Amino acid sequence: MTKNLNIDVDERGYYGRFGGAYIPEMLHPNIEELRLKYRKMTADPEFKKEFDALLKDYVGRPSPLYFAKRLSAHYGTNIYLKREDLNHTGAHKINNTIGQILVAQRLGKKRIIAETGAGQHGVATATVCALVGVECIVYMGEVDIARQAPNVARMRMLGAEVRPALSGSRTLKDATNEAIRDWINNPEDTHYIIGSVVGPHPYPDMVARFQSVISEEMKWQLQEKIGRDYPDAIVACVGGGSNAAGAFYHYLNDDRVRLVAVEAAGLGVDSGESAATSVLGTEGIIHGARTLLMQTDDGQVIEPYSISAGLDYPGIGPLHAFLIDSKRAEAISVTDDDALAAALFTARTEGIIPALETAHAFSALDQMDYGPDDVIVVCLSGRGDKDLAAFTTYLNQLGE
Amino acid sequence: MNRLSKLFKENTKNLLNVYFTAGYPNLDSTVTIIQNLAEAGANLIEVGMPYSDPMADGETIQQSSMKALQNGMTLDTLFAQLTEARQYTEIPLVLMGYYNQVMQYGPEKFVKTAKAAGVDGLILPDLPVFEYEQEFRAIAEANDMQVTFLITPQTSDDRIAKIGQLSTGFIYVVSSSSITGKSGDITEGQKAYFARIDALDLQQPKLIGFGISDAKSFRTACEYANGAIIGSAFIRALKDVDDVGAATRSFVEGILEPVG
Repeated sequence: MTKNLNIDVDERGYYGRFGGAYIPEMLHPNIEELRLKYRKMTADPEFKKEFDALLKDYVGRPSPLYFAKRLSAHYGTNIYLKREDLNHTGAHKINNTIGQILVAQRLGKKRIIAETGAGQHGVATATVCALVGVECIVYMGEVDIARQAPNVARMRMLGAEVRPALSGSRTLKDATNEAIRDWINNPEDTHYIIGSVVGPHPYPDMVARFQSVISEEMKWQLQEKIGRDYPDAIVACVGGGSNAAGAFYHYLNDDRVRLVAVEAAGLGVDSGESAATSVLGTEGIIHGARTLLMQTDDGQVIEPYSISAGLDYPGIGPLHAFLIDSKRAEAISVTDDDALAAALFTARTEGIIPALETAHAFSALDQMDYGPDDVIVVCLSGRGDKDLAAFTTYLNQLGE
Repeated sequence: MNRLSKLFKENTKNLLNVYFTAGYPNLDSTVTIIQNLAEAGANLIEVGMPYSDPMADGETIQQSSMKALQNGMTLDTLFAQLTEARQYTEIPLVLMGYYNQVMQYGPEKFVKTAKAAGVDGLILPDLPVFEYEQEFRAIAEANDMQVTFLITPQTSDDRIAKIGQLSTGFIYVVSSSSITGKSGDITEGQKAYFARIDALDLQQPKLIGFGISDAKSFRTACEYANGAIIGSAFIRALKDVDDVGAATRSFVEGILEPVG
């Protein structure tokens, strides 16, 4: 470590000036209970034992760190893929939901609510609710219900109720609003499993800690494979930013490692149909956190757009706002078309169909500078089965 | 003297606070609604600043906010309308909205502009006490802008005491664990909660809100507090009406008449 960056959250949930808990009084008792208990609860040896055992035997961790030979040859560098797509349920989301269901059980909560965009977090939440046998309600934007139908079917199969969010752009932001309203109406028996590093403190930190298993494993896996425990760069897609937070976590204070956050540009950053928050966003408050968000001069949230339901969010987790604002992380934006092309290229080069979200991270390799000896880890956050309808449309357009 | 202080000094019972979303049903409804609420007998008015993501509000206020924004409502338009309304009435006006709106306008500029437009108090439900003390208290107090906090059935007595110390305006007693817009009779459990709050002997006046929708629930709430707040029921009464002023008067009369 060449200098001490000391990036961490304070006890009120601030990373620098980003974070906090801007919540109505109705949510105060639940948020305060979590704030006071989450660190102690998750540090308890019994908790850790149960969490680690479930990650190993139920999720299938550690997830492999795979040297992508043909991609590396194409880009003229060394590319490793952190295979979160191989987790049970097909994405990194399950790391967090396993942790949070254990928290919910210790808080004595009998009912679980969640929001979902791409449906991966909804599936991961429905899965852990089935695992422990509690009621599960997932809010999902009406638009996303249509474009991620396979995941809706999976949630139903797992016994969850999927409730459509009908307001705003009927996507992830609106599903989050509805989940918050549900929690206000059901403060005593319900735990809200937020799926990303967003929302009021302690959620961003709690979710980042559960996802930090990604970079924890990367350290020893890199040591085994390349003889040093750090890469030169880590690339991850960012909607709210939970897979990126997990992939960056143990390297936040290690400035030998470039952190690359890849956002969805939609139809283009300047097209008016985008979700590139770090470029288009300004400081404000969304879902209880002070962060960067896309908004008008009058503070009205601008409806985002991306082909990827998981990145279609007008804000960004406060950790990422801090990392980008302080230049610790660099942000790259990738359009719908480039993400689709990257998904196809990855499929045909490595035999791996990535989620549309993850395809944005792969496409960022086209925009990055690196040397032939560099080691780059791409967080392969999820698999693309859920996006086959979009991929099929794309193939048809290409005439294949 | 702040109009709210004056009101609570002169009247301590059966105070009717009516909420409406500025810019709903029409962009220029604000002055008409304020004038008619005041004339029909409301004691204070809560003016909602429409917001794209009103997380503490239910469907009715959410939809009225969306309509108001589609109608073109902005903070500067609203401040101009309030300035105009002040030519006709001295009824206390309280602005309700979300902290991001204040933050983007600039907290100090917002408070000074609102004050100049005749606003007496603010309710910002997503600005909790810790953040309020850090970021906003000094500005509000320097400009005699009274700030109201919410308490709920889950708020502990210690925290209520703390909120009592910080509240410069009335205390907003949220009637149940709920977003706005639910209606129905007040339950025995709610009455016990109101009585508990009443027994705490807070310095500030208390108004009960959320779920107050008609003359009956208004009268019951008034037994346990200085008055009550009606919002969603009024918004529903404005839907698809031709004469906003007449609808406003008849709504207030319907709430107040049976009290005599």
